[in-house]
Amino acid sequence: MQETDKSLLEQIGASDIETSEVYNIRKNGKCIGRKTNPYIDILSKEDGKGIDVHVKDNTLFGMVHIPVIVTESGFTESVYNDFYIGKNSNVIIIAGCGIHNDHHKNATHNGIHRFYLEENAKVKYVEKHYGEGTGSGDKILNPVTEIYMKKGSMMTMDTVQIKGVDSTNRETFAKLDDDTSLVVQEKVLTSNKQFSKTNFKVKLKGKNASTHITSRSVATDSSYQEFHSNIIGKNACYAHVECDAIIKDQGKVKAIPEVYAKHVDANLIHEAAIGKIAGEQLLKLMSLGFTEKEAEEVIIKGFLK
Amino acid sequence: MLELKDICFEKEHKKILDHINLTFDPKRFYVMTGPNGSGKSTLVKIIMGIEKPDSGQILFHGKDITHLSLDERARLGFGYAFQQPVTFKGITVFDLLKLAVNQDLDKEEAMEILMRVGITSRHYLEREVNHSLSGGELKRIEIATVLARKPLVSIFDEPEAGIDLWSFQSLIDVFQQIESTSKGMTLVISHQERILNIADQIILLEDGKIKEVGNRDKMMPLILNHSKKMEVD
Repeated sequence: MQETDKSLLEQIGASDIETSEVYNIRKNGKCIGRKTNPYIDILSKEDGKGIDVHVKDNTLFGMVHIPVIVTESGFTESVYNDFYIGKNSNVIIIAGCGIHNDHHKNATHNGIHRFYLEENAKVKYVEKHYGEGTGSGDKILNPVTEIYMKKGSMMTMDTVQIKGVDSTNRETFAKLDDDTSLVVQEKVLTSNKQFSKTNFKVKLKGKNASTHITSRSVATDSSYQEFHSNIIGKNACYAHVECDAIIKDQGKVKAIPEVYAKHVDANLIHEAAIGKIAGEQLLKLMSLGFTEKEAEEVIIKGFLK
Repeated sequence: MLELKDICFEKEHKKILDHINLTFDPKRFYVMTGPNGSGKSTLVKIIMGIEKPDSGQILFHGKDITHLSLDERARLGFGYAFQQPVTFKGITVFDLLKLAVNQDLDKEEAMEILMRVGITSRHYLEREVNHSLSGGELKRIEIATVLARKPLVSIFDEPEAGIDLWSFQSLIDVFQQIESTSKGMTLVISHQERILNIADQIILLEDGKIKEVGNRDKMMPLILNHSKKMEVD
């Protein structure tokens, strides 16, 4: 593995990947490493455009790493990864995409991830995005996540995009049956002229389905972010969507909430707060000896922690 | 050690502070009191560097610090507990204490600081400094961030504001402990008789002017009479 590959893997939290039990590494459209075990299998799709991950029923403490790295300028790909999570199993899936682009052409990765959770399955899905490189070509990531949850299943999804991605269009769609719970935490920091758009659509179909979506973002320089959420409650269900953003410089953030209750026992809440760093937070940290600039960094780091 | 010379401050053409002269000695516990709107909070903000006076001078160990900023004064050894504790997203009590001492702190050391303000449970360390904590808890944590820095000048702006009776009792204990152990000087704004009773010196401020300064024996009858008179008025 080359140094750039290693550094990209490290940035997306997969530095020690080769010691893990189950993994699949994709570089510039090709699989460059895979390992499976008797409980978790990874199969390439016939057209080569992605993988199917099968987790057997009752698999506990499974962990799967599926990083993607792109180092060729001008490279564009769409990858379809499907995850079949068996009944009563409990797994952690760590995905991420790192792009290194030193040239003028754009490099694009569109990852389409579909999760099928069987009854009482539990998944923690972690996704980290990172872009680097000295070229003028944009680093573009467009992740799509679809989640289908059967009775009693639970999923948490943590997504982080902290640095260097020029353009992102993120789509997340989920359908929840009875007694399911989906928790999403999204963290985004954009700078320069970066663009980031997030769209959540969650259908709470089953009784006692619940979702909690938290988005924390920071838009600096002249970057732009958009947050859409669309929650539909079709049963006795609960949803809480929280969009919290800090704007700096000429950064812009737009939040568009949509909650649609189609059942009298649906309880849907949306909160959005956008603003610059609170003056008293700066004063407090300055009273502890930090300069204004240091105080700002501490506040943003904490906010996105 | 700290001297205010002829401090004046106006806001929207209204005189808030009118020629304030005060001298503070090390290791002493000062309580400043006076009616609402008398200029107490503005004066401590000026001492800390949060507000700038229109005229006058602030001397610290003989050196003019009037034009030093808030963070520069903090680095000189000034500490300030806000009347309304500031809350943060994503910053835990442990994080805030580490920021306060500006060095790595282990959990034992952090707990020692929290114990001083009557917080004994370790699970507070991982709590976020937000409104999931009660007003009394936030206040104690705010005070802890000042104590942690072992300041030469510690300022507390109405520590009793917004807390319940139970928290108030333990707050008195905290200030009694500060009075007997602190190596620096302490200035507390308070209306509470029990905090006034800890003071070495009491400063009575009225209409932006120093009405009287003195020890407890001299000041307490004056303040009690004064507040009765205010009630009659």
